[in-house]
Amino acid sequence: MFSSSSHFSPGLWTLAWRRLRADRVAMAALVVLLLFVAMLTASMSGWLANDWADEVGVNYAPPSFIGAQADAGSGGEAEPAAAEEPPENPLDPLKDVIRELRMEMGEANVTASAGESVGSEDSYGIADPLQAELAEIRGVQSSAAMHPASARKVTLPFGADKWGHDIIKKTIKGAETSIVVGLVAALVATVLGTLFGALAGYFGGRTDDFFNWFYSIFTSIPYLLLILAVAAVLQQKGVTTIILILGLTGWTGVFRLVRAEYMKHKEREYVLAAGAIGGSHLGRMFIHIFPNISHVALVQMSILAVGFIKSEVILSFLGFGVPVGMVSWGSMLNEAQNELILGKWWQLTAATGAMAVLVTAFSLFTDALRDALDPKLK
Amino acid sequence: MVPTMLGVVLLVFLLFNWVGGDPAYILAGKMSNPEQIANIRKQLGIDEPVYVQLWIFIKQIASFDFGASWSTGEQVSRVISTRLGPSLTLLIPLTILETVIAIALALLIARVRGSLTDRAVMIACTVGMSISILVYIIVFQYWLGYKLGLFPVQGWGDSFAHNLLRYSALPILILLAVSLAPNLRLFRTFVLDEVNQDYVRTARAKGLSEGRILWVHVLRNAAIPIITHVMSNLPSLLIGAFLVERFFSIPGIGREIILAVERSDFPVIKAITVYVAFATMLFNLLTDLLYQAVDPRVKLQ
Repeated sequence: MFSSSSHFSPGLWTLAWRRLRADRVAMAALVVLLLFVAMLTASMSGWLANDWADEVGVNYAPPSFIGAQADAGSGGEAEPAAAEEPPENPLDPLKDVIRELRMEMGEANVTASAGESVGSEDSYGIADPLQAELAEIRGVQSSAAMHPASARKVTLPFGADKWGHDIIKKTIKGAETSIVVGLVAALVATVLGTLFGALAGYFGGRTDDFFNWFYSIFTSIPYLLLILAVAAVLQQKGVTTIILILGLTGWTGVFRLVRAEYMKHKEREYVLAAGAIGGSHLGRMFIHIFPNISHVALVQMSILAVGFIKSEVILSFLGFGVPVGMVSWGSMLNEAQNELILGKWWQLTAATGAMAVLVTAFSLFTDALRDALDPKLK
Repeated sequence: MVPTMLGVVLLVFLLFNWVGGDPAYILAGKMSNPEQIANIRKQLGIDEPVYVQLWIFIKQIASFDFGASWSTGEQVSRVISTRLGPSLTLLIPLTILETVIAIALALLIARVRGSLTDRAVMIACTVGMSISILVYIIVFQYWLGYKLGLFPVQGWGDSFAHNLLRYSALPILILLAVSLAPNLRLFRTFVLDEVNQDYVRTARAKGLSEGRILWVHVLRNAAIPIITHVMSNLPSLLIGAFLVERFFSIPGIGREIILAVERSDFPVIKAITVYVAFATMLFNLLTDLLYQAVDPRVKLQ
């Protein structure tokens, strides 16, 4: 009776794992993915990049391998140019007015320099209605520029953004957001798709018609349009909202495949036998059939995760994704778009590079996983 | 098809009338009093019972009359009809170029299948696909448009020829670069599914050149999945180009929908969603008809 246990026959997962182990590309991709997971765990538990919001470098500090730039000096006050550059100075709401006044001064006397103090402007006898505000703003500006700037680094390993945040820490924090959104949304979509597919495929008939109708509705609206429509309706922003948007709209592919599998499996002997010994419908669906089709769901989930990571980046870029104050690769790209015109390319490169490595590894791994789980498919 | 259409209408209706909360509050904005809100509710018809609202919505769809946009006051039907032109100026050349180039490359790659070139191209495609479309747009716009000055950085004019040749050149180039990798990968598998068939062996046995086998025999059979893919992708391309339209300030449908989402302009979103969904269904039907033309074996029931 126990003789069968002496010849051990490997199961689906063992066989798949063996095939996967033999695939060098898949193993390399897996190592990269594990590194990302380790980074994710570290940053979520607060060991890594928890202080990404600290302004450790000077504004737009370049990467160390380029060296400090001439115009990225330490002091803010000594540079008249810094006060004139519009996007850099969020502290100064009156800068247009001030500049206009200065232009008038310039016409009166060419030697009046833009960077001089308030006092010199007064000496020309033109009344400055904003003098008090100007002085106050100057004070705030110089104190803000002087004190932290002395402690800020001129260069950082991979540079800094507009506010002097370390790009590496930002990229790690952005990876956290993107990966968590991608994986959780893929899980939501897979669970929904599997549930619907199981019900439709197993029961058939009216139930199948209903879910097929539901499926045809969702597939006839282009995916991105559906995402945008749901984003328009869900007003509050946040990670949960993006996960809901992606999860609720992305289940259709899983549904189609899982439904086909259930239709195939429900007539098999083992399911009929389970029914004969009194297994309930739910039991047959999820205890007996599901383990036999779970590889389909797993591969689909992996494909979805890759797609969702990309979608999250686009949503966050457009401002429909993560809220202000959270960093994601999409919001980094959004900032980088303006920085590029100023010649600050490092944030763009960091976000693009991190994303490309993750997505490439993930897609290669998904392909290998699919081949390993279903060798006939090749 | 009709039940699906009704389903789409119902889905959009539920999404915007139930999930979206009371539109009167969005419309009235921050400075609102109960009277104003009651007034707006009356205007929109949302003080009516649900089935009356649904009937109003269906009438709106059938008569192409969604009223005015909430944010600009422009008629929604006008918004759609004026934005369609620029989108199509961009998308029709793009679809043609993309399909032709991807098919040609797929056939070339199929010829050297399994070789180092094949693998290298496929890996390059995988890497190319993993870079966000945003990066392509940002870098190309900056480098080719701004730095080298080969193309206008953005803009759109009134003359069709000018728009097509001058303003859509760079957007089309970018979208080509982005869509080539996935299409090439897909079309390659379609072609490779065919090259091991019996008819290919027969063609080879009777002495046809490899080029003729691929370009005439294989291509005709691989055309079926390719047509399905291209046709079913058309309506979503309309939206897929939204990023490019936004970056290059092209007044098309995609840019309009982003603006509408940013402004919570529900009538515009509703109208675009419903009509694009209908277009998708129509295109699927057309695809089925096209099958017959391409493959006489296919019979429609």
